[in-house]
Amino acid sequence: MSAASQVPSGADLKTRFTPSLIIGLVIVGFWLLVALFGPALAPHLESDIVTDMSYAPAGEVGLLGSDYLGRDVFSRLLYGARMTMGLALLVTLLSFSLGVILGFIAAISGRWIDGLMSRINDALMAFPSIILALIVMSALGTSLMIMIATVAIIDSTRVFRLSRALAMDISVMDFVDVARSRGESLWWITVREILPNTLAPLAAEFGIRFTFAILFISALSFLGLGVQPPAADWGVMVKENLQGLLFGSAAALMPAASVASLTVGVNLIVDWFLSRLGGDVSQELMN
Amino acid sequence: MSAVIDIQDLWVEARSSGGSFQPIVEGVTVSVYPGEVVALIGESGSGKTTTALSAMAYSKPGCRIVGGSITLNGRDLLKLDQEERRQLRGREAAYVAQSAAAAFNPAIRVGDQVIESTAIHQLMPRDDALREAVKLYQRLDLPDPERLSSRYPHQVSGGQLQRLMAAMAMSSSPALLILDEPTTALDVTTQISVLSAFKDLIRGQNTAAIYVTHDLAVVAQIADRIVVMQNGKVMEAGATEQIISRPENAYTQTLMAAVRPPPKSISVEGEGSDQTDDETIVSVDSITAGYGRTETKIVLQDVSVAVPRGKVVGVIGESGCGKSTLARVIAGLLPQRSGEIYHHGQALPHVARRRTRSVLKNIQIVFQMPDVAINPRHRVREILGRPLDLFIGLSASARESRIDELLELVELPTSYKTRLPGELSGGEKQRINLARALAAEPEVILCDEVTSALDTVVGKAIIDLLKKLQANLGVAYLFISHDLSTVASFADHVVVLYAGRVVEQGPLASVLAPPFHPYTRLLLNSVPELRTDWLDGVVASKAHLDHLGQAVDSSKVGCPFFNRCAVAVNDVCNRRDVPLRQMAQGHTVACHLELDALRE
Ligand SMILES: Nc1ncnc2c1ncn2[C@@H]1O[C@H](COP(=O)(O)OP(=O)(O)O)[C@@H](O)[C@H]1O
Ligand code: SF4
Ligand SMILES: [Mg+2]
Repeated sequence: MSAASQVPSGADLKTRFTPSLIIGLVIVGFWLLVALFGPALAPHLESDIVTDMSYAPAGEVGLLGSDYLGRDVFSRLLYGARMTMGLALLVTLLSFSLGVILGFIAAISGRWIDGLMSRINDALMAFPSIILALIVMSALGTSLMIMIATVAIIDSTRVFRLSRALAMDISVMDFVDVARSRGESLWWITVREILPNTLAPLAAEFGIRFTFAILFISALSFLGLGVQPPAADWGVMVKENLQGLLFGSAAALMPAASVASLTVGVNLIVDWFLSRLGGDVSQELMN
Repeated sequence: MSAVIDIQDLWVEARSSGGSFQPIVEGVTVSVYPGEVVALIGESGSGKTTTALSAMAYSKPGCRIVGGSITLNGRDLLKLDQEERRQLRGREAAYVAQSAAAAFNPAIRVGDQVIESTAIHQLMPRDDALREAVKLYQRLDLPDPERLSSRYPHQVSGGQLQRLMAAMAMSSSPALLILDEPTTALDVTTQISVLSAFKDLIRGQNTAAIYVTHDLAVVAQIADRIVVMQNGKVMEAGATEQIISRPENAYTQTLMAAVRPPPKSISVEGEGSDQTDDETIVSVDSITAGYGRTETKIVLQDVSVAVPRGKVVGVIGESGCGKSTLARVIAGLLPQRSGEIYHHGQALPHVARRRTRSVLKNIQIVFQMPDVAINPRHRVREILGRPLDLFIGLSASARESRIDELLELVELPTSYKTRLPGELSGGEKQRINLARALAAEPEVILCDEVTSALDTVVGKAIIDLLKKLQANLGVAYLFISHDLSTVASFADHVVVLYAGRVVEQGPLASVLAPPFHPYTRLLLNSVPELRTDWLDGVVASKAHLDHLGQAVDSSKVGCPFFNRCAVAVNDVCNRRDVPLRQMAQGHTVACHLELDALRE
């Protein structure tokens, strides 16, 4: 019934594998393998034009047919996995580093600094993400670097808010006071006392932000602001081949389905994580 | 009239560490009628809480109900689905847990949490619910009821939180109320008003109540019937009067025999030796401290306390009187507004980080809640190793064997080194807390309610351990507690704190014997006695009835105890500064009354 006894121990974790978690792990594991080894196994390069036939049906040209330029959809899908997931991972790592560090600083520093940082963050969060990205990128240009930085910063506002709240909750706990009474430095208190207790919720948030980054990058690519042709990205692939839908081509559907399945897979894992975090007997009883 | 809750032949199993299921409740039968209080008593692990929780069709994780029937308001709970059970919790049956701190979300204002179940079940509009909540606060004797709702849990003291939790349970007027050790963590004076508030509410709303506790004296005041449990079985059940005066079962008889006498009747040998001869380790001189930036919240006023080498100084007072604040000021966690803290006569910087390593080493603090006082992500080795690294500095192998020694010192197996706090019981966690403080080899340990969150048996073991360590290591304690019996069994010198001021202090024997400060007298008279009519008698007596209900008044003029004092002199006590009266050697009382009046 206590706060601390809610923290799952190692043995506990093992016994609680659920079917939806396993499905999630299988999906994500599959896409990770594809991202790692796919390009090596792809029959063609992402930019190779293998046929002069646009939107060739599946089976006739390659495994999944050809796209609007006659490139192999299957190969591009494999390359796209690496590009899309790699970019999303990079963006999420960046946004997490930024968000967690700033969030923790806000939480443990005085009222004045915290107030300032939180107001700036609120202001950034007030804009719809995609509009903000459009404004920034139309001002600064559409290079890959700028896109990564923009998406990471926008994403980090969410991470900031969460990590600040988590660190605030933990910093009023007695064990933090014990550390202070030993004369520990702020660095030690943050890294050794607070951070370990925020890892589980942060990990869940990581999954959420990762899928968000995939969708965000795909959306930007779809608008022509993200990954530039001929590089294959799932969002780019959907955009390029939208016309093909009229001819019954699956060239746009395959990458869309890939994004969807990866999102579902990550969310299944995140849900499992979140369900492991909640639940206090007395709270449950009181509701 | 039919029973509100009828539990027949209940069997509950729990998964043991081996993975197989073992019975923890075996064939228990309990029923409760409207307006009736049935107490479940027994040691921890006897299945009291498990039985009580089953009355709302709840089983703890890892437990399952395997047999029997549970009928609440005529419906068989075991046949309901998850959603129907959820519907009934909070609305038809409400639960008040032992540890309020763990039940409150630190990020949500208390008012919103108190009216949560009303809001979830949409019983009344938010504003009405909040108004009702204020009434409940008043009935439960909570200070500043109008503004309480807008505070956050960490801004409210532990005892206040406990009462807030009762308010939370009562807010939706449930038919069945389950109280799980609800007053164990409360002050005696508060306990009286909470107990009588519970009693009134239960009778007034014709609620059926199950009261889980190990404290027989409390049970005697509130229960109509008692069910005694041991190892998951009912040992004896009967009317309160019968169980208390004529227990038939052998186990019940041992329970009765173990009841601690109230401190009033403890006679301490008045040893003439006073602390003045002993070297003072740590002292605070005229400390004033508070929270917030402005002068609005002064918690401690002009407090002076000295801890001599190897002695136990008990600090007693009700929750919210500033005991923890005092410990936090001494530990350098909360800078004081004025006054000084001395260590061997040397004034200390206000903030821990500015103090020298040797000062930090020699003053250690142990907190009240074992669950939150150790980092749940650190293993025992790391918890004990850190102070060693900081203050002692040992080679890797010496460090390891010192950790073993520390575990042995607090009577835990050395194999616990690799455990996480989640794998320890409450009592074991508290031992780890103590071992961590001992690791620094301090001269004094500030013990803030170290036994309050533990059940009596475990708490007593911790006190015994503290005594042993004091004898063997010569460490001194500033022992903070709201429980007079605990302090009386342990301290050499007692400081009575009221509303952030020292109202009486002196050697234990002098404080426990007349002349008393009126507040000390109230404290002594508030420790429940093992008679069924004790509470009614106390509440009926003018001294309590008129004054106890008053909230603590921390106005700065006159005596802070004025509005609750039975012998207050109007126009004197509330207007003039209180004189400090020297009684015997080292014994002082802050009161306007003359010695003779205090003696009565
Ligand atoms: N962090 C805080 N901010 C504001 N008020 C506080 C804080 N902590 C405690 N208080 C208030 O200070 C008073 C004394 O609290 P405390 O020292 O914890 O009392 P005790 O330990 O005697 O129960 C209480 O009224 C409490 O509500
Ligand atoms: S000074 Fe007056 S009000 Fe205060 S305790 Fe003494 S008699 Fe009571
Ligand atoms: Mg306290």
